[in-house]
Amino acid sequence: MGQFGIGQPVRRKEDVRLLTGKGVYTDDVNIDGQVFGVFVRSPQANAVINAIDIETALAAEGVVAIYTGEDLAADGVGTLETEVEMADLAGNPMFRPKRTLLATGKVRFLGEPVAIVLAETQEQARAAAELVMVDYDQLPSIASTAGAVDPSSPPVWPEHGSNVSVHWENRPASEIDVHMERAKTRVTVDIVNNRLVPNPMEPRAAVAHFDAATGMMTLYAPTQGGRRIQGGLAKGILKIPADKMRVISQDTGGGFGIRGKLYPELGVVCWAARRSGRPVKWRGDRNETFVSDYHGRDQVNHAELGLDENGRVVALKVHTILNVGAYMGENGPRLPISGGGRIIPGVYDIENFYFSVKPVFTNTVPTDTYRGAGRPEANFLMERLMDAAADATGLARDEIRRRNVIRQDQMPYMTQMGLLIDSGDFIGNMDMAMEHSDWKGFEARRKESEKNGRLRGIGLGNFVEAAGGRPTEEMRVRISADGKATVFAGTYSHGQGHETVYAQLIEEYLGVPFDDVSLVQGDTATSPMGSAGTFGSRSSWMGGLGIRRSSDAIVAKGKKIAAKLLQGDEEAVSFENGVFSAGAGSVTIQEVAKAAQEPKNLPEGMEPGLDESFNVKRDAELFNFPNGCHVCEVEIDPDLGIAQIVGYTAVDDCGVVLNPFIVHGQVYGGIAQGIGQALTENTVYDAEGQLMTGSFMDYGMPKAQHFSHIEALFNEVRCKTNDLGVKGAGEAGACGAPSAFVSAVMNALSPYGIKHIDMPLTPDRIWQAIADAKSAKAA
Amino acid sequence: MQDFTFHMPAAVADAASLLGSCEDPKLIAGGMTLLPTLKQRLAEPTDLIDLGAIADLKGVKREGDQIVVGAMTCHADVAASELVLSTIPGLAMLAGQIGDPAVRHRGTIGGSSANADPAADYPAGLVGLCATVVTNQREIPADDFFTGLFDTALEPGEIITAMRFPIPKWSHYMKLRHPASGYAVVGVMVVDTGAGVRVAVTGAGPSVFRVAAMEEALSKDFSVKSIEAIKVDADGLNADMHASAAYRAHVITVLAKRAVAARG
Ligand SMILES: Cc1cc2nc3c(=O)[nH]c(=O)nc-3n(C[C@H](O)[C@H](O)[C@H](O)COP(=O)(O)OP(=O)(O)OC[C@H]3O[C@@H](n4cnc5c(N)ncnc54)[C@H](O)[C@@H]3O)c2cc1C
Repeated sequence: MGQFGIGQPVRRKEDVRLLTGKGVYTDDVNIDGQVFGVFVRSPQANAVINAIDIETALAAEGVVAIYTGEDLAADGVGTLETEVEMADLAGNPMFRPKRTLLATGKVRFLGEPVAIVLAETQEQARAAAELVMVDYDQLPSIASTAGAVDPSSPPVWPEHGSNVSVHWENRPASEIDVHMERAKTRVTVDIVNNRLVPNPMEPRAAVAHFDAATGMMTLYAPTQGGRRIQGGLAKGILKIPADKMRVISQDTGGGFGIRGKLYPELGVVCWAARRSGRPVKWRGDRNETFVSDYHGRDQVNHAELGLDENGRVVALKVHTILNVGAYMGENGPRLPISGGGRIIPGVYDIENFYFSVKPVFTNTVPTDTYRGAGRPEANFLMERLMDAAADATGLARDEIRRRNVIRQDQMPYMTQMGLLIDSGDFIGNMDMAMEHSDWKGFEARRKESEKNGRLRGIGLGNFVEAAGGRPTEEMRVRISADGKATVFAGTYSHGQGHETVYAQLIEEYLGVPFDDVSLVQGDTATSPMGSAGTFGSRSSWMGGLGIRRSSDAIVAKGKKIAAKLLQGDEEAVSFENGVFSAGAGSVTIQEVAKAAQEPKNLPEGMEPGLDESFNVKRDAELFNFPNGCHVCEVEIDPDLGIAQIVGYTAVDDCGVVLNPFIVHGQVYGGIAQGIGQALTENTVYDAEGQLMTGSFMDYGMPKAQHFSHIEALFNEVRCKTNDLGVKGAGEAGACGAPSAFVSAVMNALSPYGIKHIDMPLTPDRIWQAIADAKSAKAA
Repeated sequence: MQDFTFHMPAAVADAASLLGSCEDPKLIAGGMTLLPTLKQRLAEPTDLIDLGAIADLKGVKREGDQIVVGAMTCHADVAASELVLSTIPGLAMLAGQIGDPAVRHRGTIGGSSANADPAADYPAGLVGLCATVVTNQREIPADDFFTGLFDTALEPGEIITAMRFPIPKWSHYMKLRHPASGYAVVGVMVVDTGAGVRVAVTGAGPSVFRVAAMEEALSKDFSVKSIEAIKVDADGLNADMHASAAYRAHVITVLAKRAVAARG
């Protein structure tokens, strides 16, 4: 409907506010009487804390208080632990250590908070933090993912003995070995899926205010929906009722999964406000992003694919080591399993699948959900296997995929891991991507590049995700007497553009003009109780459905009121484009909203107002499956090893597209982060557990110059498991880009016989691979 | 950042006397290096002396067969200067490749040179182009100015006022950008001075250096072929997670060749 309805490329409402400095971020919040908090962080990767001497620091100018882990413990402050539980096939549970909010007795990674200093100004707090003397006894440490499975590696948790928290398997390997043995072709890949620092534009921050009179604790912080952390903070940490804990996030500068977490610093800031009797403000800086925000990815994979004489997969085996860091993040250990592992077979029809995961501890920042959260790793692994299979069988890279993808006539398709893929046109995605990228014309372009001394390569990557996140979300829609609509959301837009898309939905469903719709979000005092937030590419589905159902309820109620106003029969009232009609009479929804305020206009017993909410509850195992095929083309300067993207075509199926302009933004952003992982980003710890990439001087963010134009296309297949027909869109790019790009680079390097380089494919690495290949040939 | 007293002298002499009288002073130019250092509390001067108000220190002019660039001239102005573009295009090329637009509009030739970052671009420009560093006390040939890692011949209290560049016959700058910082992993300035060829390299070693073998070969025969086989020894070159010493050594030759090839 109309210029602002579903499917229209409506410009983002929120952009004027956000781009003209009118956004309100946590650092914009100041509360009378506030003190500034600065964390003292561990410079050691693994050490015993012998003593913390705060005397000199306490005496420094402006210092109000200094608290350590012992103060928290003495006050009965709770600890953090992962939400994940799992066991090996014999039933031995995973080791799940508890994390104290401030390191107590021991530090286990560089950057771990040890104490908080409160002072009248930020500078005073920083200066005093330097005066806190912590006496450490350094212990041997381990940072390497692969190295942590070695029983002789220094244990991060000696109480557990080993750094392997559990060896999880989906089934006994022997069940798949029998299939693998009958394979005609077997290929293996070994992959290091590099650790990333997510780096939202806004660093972490928190302002906490405790009202002793009412017992109300209010926390301002960037989140992905305050409800996610409200309960944990209240019950788990502060030991107060949840309704005494209010979490407010006005604007948040990027989330990517890691902003949704209950970080220890949030608990410390709240508790310190209560303990000191002063509001506390903590403004994290970029250094703290690097050493204390959860990191992403960091897996080591060994995988084997068996194929029959027709190039059909007969068996797949995957062994994953996941580096969880020193502690377990809320969701960290689940990422290679229910997060991504389950969809390793991806878009392919693979019956015999074995996978095993060892989440290992190391003296590094904990890892947790980062855009895609296990799915980019899974898709990358599968696509590398497909390229290896193409190479081994002599089939073209698209042909081996065509022979194995799940066809539309097989849908709904139940995967081996119990996921029901309702829809998707996987062949169509490939056809479209190959056509638009002029795959056929590649050879001519390659020759042209060759003339200029450049190597050219083209690659493709299929992907599928399981989107939806948590199974509940509540939304509320109200039309006030003035005819304006308000959406009270449990979801939380932190860059995604919900203000715009939700207004489109309201215009579509209720006929209230786009400009008359506003969004209230980011405050647990106003967000519906059943809300969860925004992550896992879930808001269009869960939030959209909540709006749809709430709108339906408004229309149903409106019909009753209209019937009374029009003196007609309720059954005779129809609703279209914001107008209730019965016979010749009609009233607008705005008129109904106004009338609804007056009990006299309402049928007996009806509550005044047009104000409805709906709690969407779905089966926890029901997901939707955004999918697509990306094609990337690169040119390599072999003398310098620089790989430059020269063409990129993204075909995405995110179901019904509510706003192509916004979905394109999601696709571009996801691709940028995917290419970041594949081309520039890497998190490096040295053998002592010191972070070598602790700033943008050493940590390479992707830049505009690394990209070409991205041709973003949709191959829209309506999702069958929700009324809106939508699938997720937020994480797709990050899933598709690494494999398409790496495939292209390997294709370009194929004249040298190079099969594999670990991400990121930096100039140094590409050049080294070429140099090695040349000297191997010469030998 | 610690509190400090801020000064904005209008003349070099005033800046110099402040340098002499304040307890622990520091000059500030564009602040692109100094400000982050202060924010991280790695330096805590009592006094900051801003050179920004000294008009004499800004701008590019020609004096005979030399181009004089004021110490406070920002990179963007050097890159866009008609005078530089028409006389020493290699220098404009270099300035235009420093950092990003924001950095180029703040960072200065004086600040960059005084800082002597091993990965900065200007050191290759100054040494390659036989520049002279002019201070409030003396003139220092670029060859003697860069003395090591973040180390220069500047004495305490000395202020760079300008750089003098003799106009060469031809110059060209090639740079491989660091994937994260954008600084030079390797930067190579090739200059035909008229009296010979100079090849100055930044980013690859602890400080800028010249490649004598290439200079000799190119002075005899200015062609790609003449330096093709010249390998720079990787020993002593910088190595980090982004680029091994062997890679850097290799890149020096590649960039030098490309610079030479650029001379039509
Ligand atoms: C994001 C970023 C990217 C960058 N990328 C590059 C790059 O690609 N290549 C590159 O070469 N550089 C790069 N730089 C450095 C930048 O170009 C500046 O040149 C450099 O930071 C110093 O110049 P400044 O004028 O800002 O000096 P300041 O930071 O103000 O001062 C630096 C030092 O020089 C001293 N000083 C300043 N002026 C004088 C003077 N006239 N006499 C004596 N001493 C003086 C100061 O006391 C201080 O110790 C980058 C910087 C940033 C922040």
